[in-house]
Amino acid sequence: MLSIKNLHVSVGDKPILKGINLEIKPGEIHAIMGPNGSGKSTLSHILSGKSGYTVTDGSATYQGKDLLDMAPEIRAREGVFLAFQYPVEIPGVSNVYLLKAALNSIRKHHGQSEVDAMDFLTLVKGKVRLLDMDEKFLYRAVNEGFSGGEKKRNEILQMAILEPKLCILDETDSGLDIDALKIVSEGVNSLRSPDRSFVMVTHYQRLLDYIKPDFVHVLAHGQIVKSGGPELALELEEKGYSWLEDAEASA
Amino acid sequence: MAVANSSQYLEAYADRFADLSEKSDSWLKQQRTEALAQFTATGFPKARDEEWRYTQLSALDKTLFLPAQKSASCAIDVEWLKNYQLADAWSIVLVDGFFSAELSQLDGLPAGVVVSSLAQSLADPKSALLIADKFNQAVNVDENGFVAFNSVYFADGVWVHITAKQILAKPIQIVHVATQASVAINTRSIIVADEQSQVQLIETFVGLEGAYLSVSVAEVFVGQNADVTLYKVQVESEKALHFGGTYVKQARDAKFRHDNFALGALIARSDVHTDLNLASECEFNGFYLGIKRQHSDNHTRINHLKPHGISRELYKGVLDDKARGVFQGRVVVAEDAQKTDSQMNNRNLLLSNDAEADTKPQLEIYADDVKCAHGVTVGQLDEKSIFYLQSRCVDEETARNMLTFAFANEMVDKVKIKSLHDVILGQVLLRFPQEGVNKEWL
Repeated sequence: MLSIKNLHVSVGDKPILKGINLEIKPGEIHAIMGPNGSGKSTLSHILSGKSGYTVTDGSATYQGKDLLDMAPEIRAREGVFLAFQYPVEIPGVSNVYLLKAALNSIRKHHGQSEVDAMDFLTLVKGKVRLLDMDEKFLYRAVNEGFSGGEKKRNEILQMAILEPKLCILDETDSGLDIDALKIVSEGVNSLRSPDRSFVMVTHYQRLLDYIKPDFVHVLAHGQIVKSGGPELALELEEKGYSWLEDAEASA
Repeated sequence: MAVANSSQYLEAYADRFADLSEKSDSWLKQQRTEALAQFTATGFPKARDEEWRYTQLSALDKTLFLPAQKSASCAIDVEWLKNYQLADAWSIVLVDGFFSAELSQLDGLPAGVVVSSLAQSLADPKSALLIADKFNQAVNVDENGFVAFNSVYFADGVWVHITAKQILAKPIQIVHVATQASVAINTRSIIVADEQSQVQLIETFVGLEGAYLSVSVAEVFVGQNADVTLYKVQVESEKALHFGGTYVKQARDAKFRHDNFALGALIARSDVHTDLNLASECEFNGFYLGIKRQHSDNHTRINHLKPHGISRELYKGVLDDKARGVFQGRVVVAEDAQKTDSQMNNRNLLLSNDAEADTKPQLEIYADDVKCAHGVTVGQLDEKSIFYLQSRCVDEETARNMLTFAFANEMVDKVKIKSLHDVILGQVLLRFPQEGVNKEWL
C-alpha cells in the first residue's frame, strides 16, 4: 500500500524528518506516536501533499506510484485521505456540496459516471446516522461554527463517504471528549477492511484503546526510534517518551 | 470636450432651477434656494475633502451631464426589466428619474400605505404637508455637494408612507432605470415607516448602457419600534457614474437593516448614514465587486446618539483587474450613548496585483461605558483552506474559485427575499471575475 524509504524532509533549511522507513500493507493499522516536535505532523502533511516542505532525500511509493510527485487532489482521488487535526472552516461552501464534488471527482478519476443524486443522498444520510450527526450539518457551510467534536465527526463522515484506501488520521483524538472519541472511533472501526490501511498520528495512547493498531512506531527527532506491537503504546503511556529519546541520544 | 466644473453646472442648470422653483410650494422653493446657495458655495466634493479623498470625481469636470428629459417608457423592453423587477413585490419604476405608472405594479397595497411619485405627491396638499415635515430632515444640504445638487434640481422620486402597525406582506421595490446616455438623473426618495410598522424595501439602480450620471438621495425615517430593511442593488451600466446616499433616522427601539450590493457603474459612491436613538438597532451589510477599471467607494456612518444602541456592520469587497474598492466606515458614540454595543468589519479580497483596496474604519467614542470593536482585512485567499479543499479532491484552480465565490456568497446568502436573492446572485455571477464558477457550490 505505502512504502516510505529513507525519507528526509526539511522546512526551509531545517531538517524535520531524517530518514523515515515505513512499510504499510493493505488492511494494517499503524500508529505513529511521539512527543511534540518529533515530526509527526510533518509526516502526515508530506504524505497528503501540503506545501511548504522540501523532500531532500528518499521516497514514498503508494500503490506502486510516486506519491510525492502527485498534486494533493490527485492523491486524494487516488485514495489517500487526511483527517485534519484542525479541520478548516469554509464559509459559503455547503458540506453536502463538497462531499458530492469530492465523490464525483474520485469517480471521474476512475472513469466512472457521476453519482445519482438520490443514491448520493441515501448514502450520505446513512453515514450521518452512523456517526450520530444531525442531518442539518449537511446543509451548513463546511465546518463553520462546528464544535471541535463536530468537526472531527465531519472528517470521519467525509472518510466514510469517499472510502479511501489509505487513511491518515492526524491527532484525531485531540479536542475530543470521551463520548465524541467513542463515536469517532466506532466510525473508524466500521471502515476497517482488508484492503484499507490506516496511519494514526497521535500523541496519546488514549485513541489506541478504541482503535487497536497492528503496529506502533515511535517518532523522535525525525526518526522512528522504536517499532513494536500495541503493547509498545502501553509502555509509552507508563514511561513517557523520555526513555526512548534518551536511549536514542546515548546510542 | 468642454471643461464643466460646478459653476458650469450652475450655468447649464439655471433654467431648470427657475422652472422647478416656480412649480414648487413655498417651503420647497425655499429648500431649493438654500440648497442652491450651498451648491454655489461648495460645488461638487473635492479630493481634498477627507471624506472624498479616495473618490474619483474628475469625470464630472470633463463632462457636463445635462438633466434627463422624460422619455417614453414604452421604449423599455418589459422582458428585460423583469430581470430586475421582482414579480412578488409592489414596485414603483422611475425611468430616467421620472415615474412610470405603466411599468409600476402597485395594485393591492393595504389601505393607508402610500407608494407614489414624489412629484405627484408634492402636488397633493395633504401629502405635501407630510413630505414637507420630512424633507432634508435626515440629511443636511451641507453634508456634501451631491446632497445639495440633488436638493436643488430633483424633479421626481418616490414617496413611501407606511402607516403605524402596518406589517407588509410583500416587499416594496423602487426601480431606477436609466435609458439615456450623457444625461444626469437626479431622484429623491422619502420613506417613512410609522411606529410599529414592518417593511422590506428594495432600491434597484439599473441602466441600459452608456455614460450617465445617477444621483440619488433617499431619506428613511424609522418610527418607534418599527422594523425596516432596505436592500440596495446597484447594477448601473458599466460606464455610469453613481452617487447614491441613504440617510436614516431611527426613533427609539427602531430596527433598521441595510444590505448594499455595489456591482455596477464605472465610478460608484455610496453613503449610508444612520442616527440611532435609545435602544435602537442597525445592521449594515455590504458587498462590492470591482472588475476591469471599476471604482467602488462605500461610506457608512453610524451615529449612536442615545444609550443602549446596537450596531453591526460587515462590508466585503472582491477586487480584480485594475479595480479599486474603498471602505470608509465611521461609528460615532456620543457622550450620552452609554452601553452602546457596536461592531464593524471590513474584509477585502484582492485577486490581481493591480487591484487596490483602501479601508478606513473610524471609531469616535465620547461615552465611557461602551463595547465597540472593529476589524479590517485586505488579502488573498487562505492557503489552509485551499489545501483543505485539495485534500478533498478539488483541484487548486477550482478551490480558489470556490473560495472566492464563497467569500462573496456569504453576503448574498444574507438576502432573505428569495426572488431578490436570485436576482443578486445572478448579477454577481454575471460579473464574477473567474470562469467556471458553479452555482451548485451554494
